[in-house]
Amino acid sequence: MSAASEAETRFEREDTRRRWLLSTPALLIILVAAVGPLLVVLLYSFLAPGSYGDVRWQFSSDAWFNVFLERDIFDDTLAPAWAHLSIFWRSMKLAFITTLLTLVFGFPTAYFIATRDERTREIWLFLITIPFWTNLLIRTFALQEVIRQEGLLNTLLLKLGLISQPIPMLFTDFAIGLGMTYVYLPLMVLPLYASMERIDFRIVEAGYDLYASRFGVLRRIIVPLVKPGIIAGSILVFIPSLGAYVTPRVLGGGKSMMLGNLIELQFGQGRNWPLGAALSIALMAIVMIALLFYVRNASRGGPTHG
Amino acid sequence: MPSAAGCDDNQRSRQKERDVFSGVIVPEKPDRNAIEVRGVSKRFGIGENAFKALDNVSVTIRENEFFTLLGPSGCGKTTLLRLIAGFDFPTEGQIMLHGQDIAPLPPFKRPVNTVFQSYALFPHMTVGQNIGFGLEMLGKPKAEVKARVDQMLRLVRMEALKDRRTSQISGGQQQRVALARALAPSPKVLLLDEPLSALDYKLRKEMQSELKRLQTETGITFIFVTHDQEEALTMSDRIAVMSAGKILQVGAPWEIYDRPADRFVADFIGETNFLPGTLGAIENGRTTVTLSSGAMLPATLAEGYVPNGPATIVVRPEHARAIREGGDLRGQVENIVYFGTDTHIHVRLDDRNLFTVRQQNSRSRDCGFVVGDAVGVAIAPDGAQVLKD
Ligand SMILES: Nc1ncnc2c1ncn2[C@@H]1O[C@H](COP(=O)(O)OP(=O)(O)OP(=O)(O)O)[C@@H](O)[C@H]1O
Ligand SMILES: [Mg+2]
Repeated sequence: MSAASEAETRFEREDTRRRWLLSTPALLIILVAAVGPLLVVLLYSFLAPGSYGDVRWQFSSDAWFNVFLERDIFDDTLAPAWAHLSIFWRSMKLAFITTLLTLVFGFPTAYFIATRDERTREIWLFLITIPFWTNLLIRTFALQEVIRQEGLLNTLLLKLGLISQPIPMLFTDFAIGLGMTYVYLPLMVLPLYASMERIDFRIVEAGYDLYASRFGVLRRIIVPLVKPGIIAGSILVFIPSLGAYVTPRVLGGGKSMMLGNLIELQFGQGRNWPLGAALSIALMAIVMIALLFYVRNASRGGPTHG
Repeated sequence: MPSAAGCDDNQRSRQKERDVFSGVIVPEKPDRNAIEVRGVSKRFGIGENAFKALDNVSVTIRENEFFTLLGPSGCGKTTLLRLIAGFDFPTEGQIMLHGQDIAPLPPFKRPVNTVFQSYALFPHMTVGQNIGFGLEMLGKPKAEVKARVDQMLRLVRMEALKDRRTSQISGGQQQRVALARALAPSPKVLLLDEPLSALDYKLRKEMQSELKRLQTETGITFIFVTHDQEEALTMSDRIAVMSAGKILQVGAPWEIYDRPADRFVADFIGETNFLPGTLGAIENGRTTVTLSSGAMLPATLAEGYVPNGPATIVVRPEHARAIREGGDLRGQVENIVYFGTDTHIHVRLDDRNLFTVRQQNSRSRDCGFVVGDAVGVAIAPDGAQVLKD
C-alpha cells in the first residue's frame, strides 16, 4: 500500500470516528426516549391486565389474541374481531385520504411559494408555519366553531342567500377530512417546497421550448424532480394521521372511532393496558409495512421516467 | 438562401420534409424573412425602477441566414432571444415569424428552439433522454426518436455518454448536449445563446465549422449570440452589433469590420486606432484628412454621414506599417508584443496618442525595432475611414 493511500485510509477512519462522536448525544436520546419506551410497550402487550388499569406481571398472549379475534360470550366460538379490524381499515382510509388531500392542496401551494422571489418566499413560508404556534386542540375547537350549525360558515352562507338551511357539517366525515387536511397541510407543503426550491426553473422554460405543454412540463419535469419531497411529505402526513385522535374526536364527534381513539380507550376507561399496547404495536407494524411498500415503489419508479 | 435557381426544387422538398418533421404549423407560403423584429422594446420593472433592456430594436433576419448578435455583456442579447422564443413578451413592438405575428403563440407552439446560455439540461434525465425530449413531446414514434438521438449524439461526439446523467458530464459536454437537444426537433429557427463559450479552443473551432455546415445543409435559420468577435466574423452571414439595448449596426462581417458605423462598433470589433483630423472637401463619399502631424490622407466616409468640422479617423493596425524614416505620423516605440503570427508595435505618437501597428512575422522573428526607437507610421492608401461620432 502506498503512503498516500495509507494516509487516505487513516483519514477516513478518523473521519468516521469523529462523526460517531458527534452523533452520540442524538443517538442517546433516541435510545432512551424512543427505543426504551417502545420496548416497555412491547413488554406490556404480553402481560395480563390489572383490575384498575396497569398490568399484572404475568405472561399472557390474550392481548394479541384480542387484537384480531373475538370469543363469543355465549357459545365460545371464535370469530375475527370485526370491530377492531373495521377501525384499522377506517383509520388507514382516513390516513390515505388525508395524504392525498394534503398532496392535492399542498403541491400548488408549494409551487406558488417556490416561484416567488426570495423575500416574498420567506413571508409565505412564515405564514405556513403560523398554525404551529397554537395548540392543536385549540385550533381544532376553533375549526368546530367555524363549521358548526350556527357557526361562521353557515351564518355567512345564509346571509349571502346561498343556502336557506344551515348545512350540517360538524360531526361528519367532511369535518374530519377538512380538519385533518388543515392540520397536516404544512407537513406536506414544507418538504414539497424544499424539493421545489432546488429546481432551476430555467429548465421549465427549456421544457416549453421543446414543445412540452404545461401538463407535459408538470408530468415530465416538475413531478419527477419533486418526487423526494412528495415521498417525504406523504410519510410525514401518513404516519401521524394514521394514529390521529384529537381531530376525529372533536370534529367527528367520536361517532366513528379511529385507531388512536381505540388505543386511548384501552388505556383509559377500558382499563386494558396490554390490549392498548398490542394495538399500538400493530399500528406501528402497519406504518412500517406501508412505508416499506411506498418507498420501494416510489424509488423503483425512480426520478427518471419510464 | 438558395444560391441558384436550380436548387430551388430541392430546397422546397427539404422545406416540406422539415415541416412534417417539426410538426408545428407554419404558413403555407413561407416569406423570405424568417424573423422580423419591429420596434421592440423591453422594460423590466415598473415606474422609477424600470430598466430598458431593449430600446426600439428593429431587425430583419432572412431565411436560412446565419445571423449573429454581438455585443458586450448586459446589452440585451439574451433578452432579445427570449422574446423570440416566447419566454418573455415585448413591452412594445411586434415580432413576426414568416410574416405572422407570433405574440399569441406560447413557446411550445413556436417552431423555434433554444440553446440556453445556462444549458438548462434536465437533471433527472440521461444525455440521450435530454436530446430525445423535444421529439417525444412532438409525439414522434419511438424508433424515429432513437435514430435521431443517435444521429445527434454522433454529431456532437457524445455517443459514449448517452446513458450518463447530465450532472455527471463536464461543462463543455453539457453545452454539446444542449446543442444536440435543440437541434434534434429540426426547428425553423434555432436560437443559440453563446453555445460554444465553454469549449476549449480546438473543440470550439471544430464545432464552429460543424455548426456552419449544419446550418447550410439543414436550411435552419440561426440566430447566434456571442461575445467572441472572431467567431462572429468567421461564421456569420450578417452581424448585428448591440450596445445598451440598441442595435448599432447590421451588416456583413466585412461591412462591420471595414465600415464601422460609429466609434462603439469600431472599438468593439477588432483593434482600432482613433486619430483626430480635419476634413477637406467631400466628393463621392471620399475626402482628404489632415492629421495633427500635417500629413494628408485619402479617407472614406461612413455611409450617410455628413460631417462638419474636426472628425475622428479610424485606422486598423494591419493597415499601417512601422518604418524608420518618414511616414504619415512620427513617434516612439513604447511596447512590442509578440503574437505568434504577428507582432504588435505600440507607438506613442508625438501628439501623445497611442497607435498600434500590426506586422506579419517573418522567419527571422525580429520586427526590426526595440523599445525606445524613433519610428514612423505609414498608413496604407485606403486604410483610413472617417467615423461618425
Ligand atoms: N428579469 C430581469 N429583470 C430585470 N432586469 C433584467 C432581467 N433580465 C435581464 N435584465 C437586465 O437586462 C439587461 C440585458 O440582459 P441580457 O441577459 O439580455 O444581457 P446579455 O446581452 O445576454 O448579456 P450576457 O452577454 O452577459 O449574457 C441586463 O442589464 C440585465 O441586468
Ligand atoms: Mg446573455
